[in-house]
Amino acid sequence: MQRREFLKNTALASGAFLIPAFLKPLEAMSMSQLSQYKNLVVIQLSGGNDGLNTIVPYGNDIYYRSRKTIGIPQANVIKLNEMLGLNPAMASLKEIYDQGSMSIINSVGYPNPDRSHFRSMDIWQTASDADQFLSTGWIGRYLDSNCQTCQYPYDAIEVDSSLSLVMKGATKKGIAVQNPNKLYASTRQPLFKDLVTNDHDANLNEDNLGYLYKTMIETYSSVDYIHEKSKLYNVSSVYPTNTFSNQLKTVSKFINSGLQTRIYYVSLGGFDTHISQQHQQNRQLKIYADGVAAFIKDLKKTNKLDDTLVMTFSEFGRRVEQNASNGTDHGTANNVLIYGGKLKKAGIYNAAPDLATLDNGDLKYQIDFRDVYATFLDKWLNINNSQVLNKSFKGLDFI
Amino acid sequence: MNNFDELKHLYSRAGFGITFNTNLNNISLKSAVSALFADSETRSPIHVITENIDMVNPKKLTPEDKRIKVVQRHMQDVSLNTAWLLQMCNSKAQLREKMTLFWHNHFACSVANPLFEQQLNNVHREYALGNFRDMLLKVSQSPAMLHFLNNEQNRKSHPNENFAREVMELFTLGRGNYTEQDIKEAARAFTGWTFNKDTGDYIFNAKVHDTGPKNFRGKSGSFTGEQVIDMLLADKQTARFICTKLYRYLVNEVPDKAQVEEMATVWYNAKYEVRPLLEHVFKSTWFYEDKNVGTLIKSPIELLCSLTRQFYVSYQDPLMLMQVQRVLGQTLFRPPNVAGWSGGRNWIDSSSLMARLKLPSTILSAGVLEATGKVSAEDELYVAAMQKQDSNVAANTTKSIPNWAKLVQSIPKGLAPLQVAGYILNSNIGPNLAARIKKQPDTRAMLMMIVSTPEYQLC
Repeated sequence: MQRREFLKNTALASGAFLIPAFLKPLEAMSMSQLSQYKNLVVIQLSGGNDGLNTIVPYGNDIYYRSRKTIGIPQANVIKLNEMLGLNPAMASLKEIYDQGSMSIINSVGYPNPDRSHFRSMDIWQTASDADQFLSTGWIGRYLDSNCQTCQYPYDAIEVDSSLSLVMKGATKKGIAVQNPNKLYASTRQPLFKDLVTNDHDANLNEDNLGYLYKTMIETYSSVDYIHEKSKLYNVSSVYPTNTFSNQLKTVSKFINSGLQTRIYYVSLGGFDTHISQQHQQNRQLKIYADGVAAFIKDLKKTNKLDDTLVMTFSEFGRRVEQNASNGTDHGTANNVLIYGGKLKKAGIYNAAPDLATLDNGDLKYQIDFRDVYATFLDKWLNINNSQVLNKSFKGLDFI
Repeated sequence: MNNFDELKHLYSRAGFGITFNTNLNNISLKSAVSALFADSETRSPIHVITENIDMVNPKKLTPEDKRIKVVQRHMQDVSLNTAWLLQMCNSKAQLREKMTLFWHNHFACSVANPLFEQQLNNVHREYALGNFRDMLLKVSQSPAMLHFLNNEQNRKSHPNENFAREVMELFTLGRGNYTEQDIKEAARAFTGWTFNKDTGDYIFNAKVHDTGPKNFRGKSGSFTGEQVIDMLLADKQTARFICTKLYRYLVNEVPDKAQVEEMATVWYNAKYEVRPLLEHVFKSTWFYEDKNVGTLIKSPIELLCSLTRQFYVSYQDPLMLMQVQRVLGQTLFRPPNVAGWSGGRNWIDSSSLMARLKLPSTILSAGVLEATGKVSAEDELYVAAMQKQDSNVAANTTKSIPNWAKLVQSIPKGLAPLQVAGYILNSNIGPNLAARIKKQPDTRAMLMMIVSTPEYQLC
C-alpha cells in the first residue's frame, strides 16, 4: 500500500482525525494555482536601526545640532529630495529609488512606545497594542486564517535556522529553511525516513506523540516540496557573499522556481549601536543595501518584481540626540522601507520626521505599523486585515 | 501501573528524569515523594556574578571602556546561564530546580543586568517550595522586576501602570479578572517602590508614594502595595490561575478543570504554601493515570537536562550550550516575551523538531552543531559593540563528553534491551519501536537510536 493511501485509511479508520491538509496531492493543483503568486518579503533589522542615519534629514539643522560627531555631512548624503537623503553606505539603492521601485514611509511606530528591544520586537512581531501580550505572530495568524493560499507550512518561509514568533500561529506555523539541500538531506536520513514512512500508523493520534509524528510528516512533505520545486532553478544574478545576501538569494531561488509561498522572512542583526555607531551601522547598512539592490535587480531581470513586495523594519528607531559614546540610545518611531515593481506611490511617502516636536527626546509616530501590515493583508494577500490584526486598520496607499 | 513506572513518572515530572543509577527498587512511592523534598532542602544559590555592570544607567565611560563593559557583561550572561543550566542537570535538589524553572517562567523577566538576573533567580530558588506570598513580594521588590516593569518611574505625580497591569495579568489573577480602573488604582499603591542602582537593594521612596485613598476591586482605603498584593491573594482566582499553569507544567498540557480546582483549594487553604500543593499532586491517583504519563513535550531545557543526566555528559564549551538553547528556542533568562515560554506544542515547529531529533545523537557523539539559532534582541548590543557582521556564532562541534563507561557500568545487570530502553523513554514503546530496539546490534547503538525518536521528546 502506498504511504499516502495507508495514512489516509488509518486516519479515516481512527475516525478522530480528519485528513490533514498536507496530504492533499500537490499534483492536483492546477498550474495557475502554483504560479503567479504575489510574494511578500519581510526584512527585519534587529537591535533597533538608527533610522535618522539611514534616511538622513540633511535639510534639517536640528539633525546636525543633535548629532555633532555622528551626523552624516551634507556633502556625503545621497540626496532624494531637499530634506531627505540616503546614508552613503546605501548608494546601491539610489538606482532602485530612481526607478520608482522604492518607497520610504517615515515616522512609523505605535502609541505608548516601549523602548526595550524585547518588548518592542514582540509588539512588532505579534502586532499587539503596547499594553497587550499575544502569543501568536501576525504571519502565523495569517496562516491560521485558512485562506486558499495558506494551507501549508511552506506558505510562509523564514530563511533562517530557527523560526521566529512572528511565524507562529495558534494552529499553524511557517517553516524555517536556511539551506534547502541540507534540510532535505536531514529529512532523508534513514531513521527519520523510516519513522515517517513506517511508524506513524500507530502514532497518528491526537495526543502529543501524534502531534510530533504529524509535524514530522508535514516537515518531510514540505521539505520535499521545497526541494523538488526549487532544485532545478539556479540564481544567475550575482549577489555579495555574506549570510544576509545568501538568504535573499535563497528567497530569489524560491520565488523564481514558482514556490507557492506567499511570505518570506529574513533578518539582519547588529544594529544596537550605543557605542561608536558610525562604523558598525555603515557596514551593516552596506550589507543590507547591497544585498537588497542585488535582490531587486535579480527579480526585475526575471520578471518577478511586479509580483513581489519587500518591507524592511526595525523594532524601534533611536534617540534624536546622540549619546556621549558616539552612539545612539533606544528611541521610538522609525522609517519603514518598501520595494516593489508595482508601487502606487514610490519615493518619499509622507512628511519627513518632525525633529522639533519630540516626546522625551524621541520622535512621535505618525503612522501605526499595523496600517503597513494592513495594507499588505488587504491589497496584496487578499485577506481582511481585521482577521489577522484583531481589529480593523485603514491601511495606506503605497500599493 | 507498577512501582517502577510510577517512580519514573514522578522523577520525570518532579525533576529532570531518572538515570540508570536512580534507586527504583525497594522504595515506595510515598517515601520517594518525601525524599524529593528532603533532597531539596539545600538551596544552593548561584553566586557566579559578583559585579554590577549596569549598561542601562552607565557612568561616564570612554567608548572603548564601554565596549569592554559590554564584553564583560556578555561573559556574565554566559556564566550565569550555564551555571544554572548545569545546576539543574546535576543538582541533587531536583524538585527545587524544577520548580525554580517554573517560577522563572511564571515571573518572566528580561533585563540586561546579570547580577540582578542572578538575584531574581535566587529568589525563585529560595521560595520555590515555600510560600508564594513571600516569593511574590520579593519578586515585586527585586531590582530586576522593578526595572523590567518600569516601576522606578512609577511616581505619585506620574504613575506608571506597567507593573500593576502585569502583576494582575501575569502573576496572580490572569486576564479578564480585573478592570482598567483596578490597574490605575493599584499602580498608585505601588508608587515609590524602587531600588538602589548600585547595590540593587529595594527602596521604598515615601516622597513619591501616593498615600491617598484608592478604590480597588470593590474596596476602598489608602492601600499600600503590600495590601494590594494581599487582596490579590485573597481572591481564590489567583490560586486557580497559577494551578492551571502548574498543571500544564507537571501533569498534562490540557488542564482538567476538576483537578485544577482541587489543587487550587488545597493551595488556597494552605495559605499558598507550595509544598503541600506539590505533595497533593504527587500523591494523587490521577497524577499517575495513563493519559498523564509520558505525554508532555519536554521543554528544550528538560530535553537537554534529561540527556545530560542519563548519559553523564560533561560540556567543555559554554558557548555551545548557549547555541543549543537558541536553536531549540529556549534560552534561560531570555524568555520570548513577558508571558514567558508558552510551552507544550508551542515548542514544536518543523525546524525545532528536526533540531530536537538530531541534537541528542550529536551531543552523544560530539558532532557538529550546524544550526546557529538567533540571538535575542537584547543581545544585539554585544553584536554591535563587537563590530560583528553576523549575530550568530559559527557551526562548531559540541565538545561534549558522555561517560559511556559509567553508563554501561550503571545499567542494572540482566536487563533485556526493552527494559534498558524503558529507563530512557517515558512514553509507551509501540510495536514498531520495540522491533527496532531489538534489532540493534548493541546497547550503545540502541541508545543512540532511541534518543533520536519522537518518543524521546516526551516525558
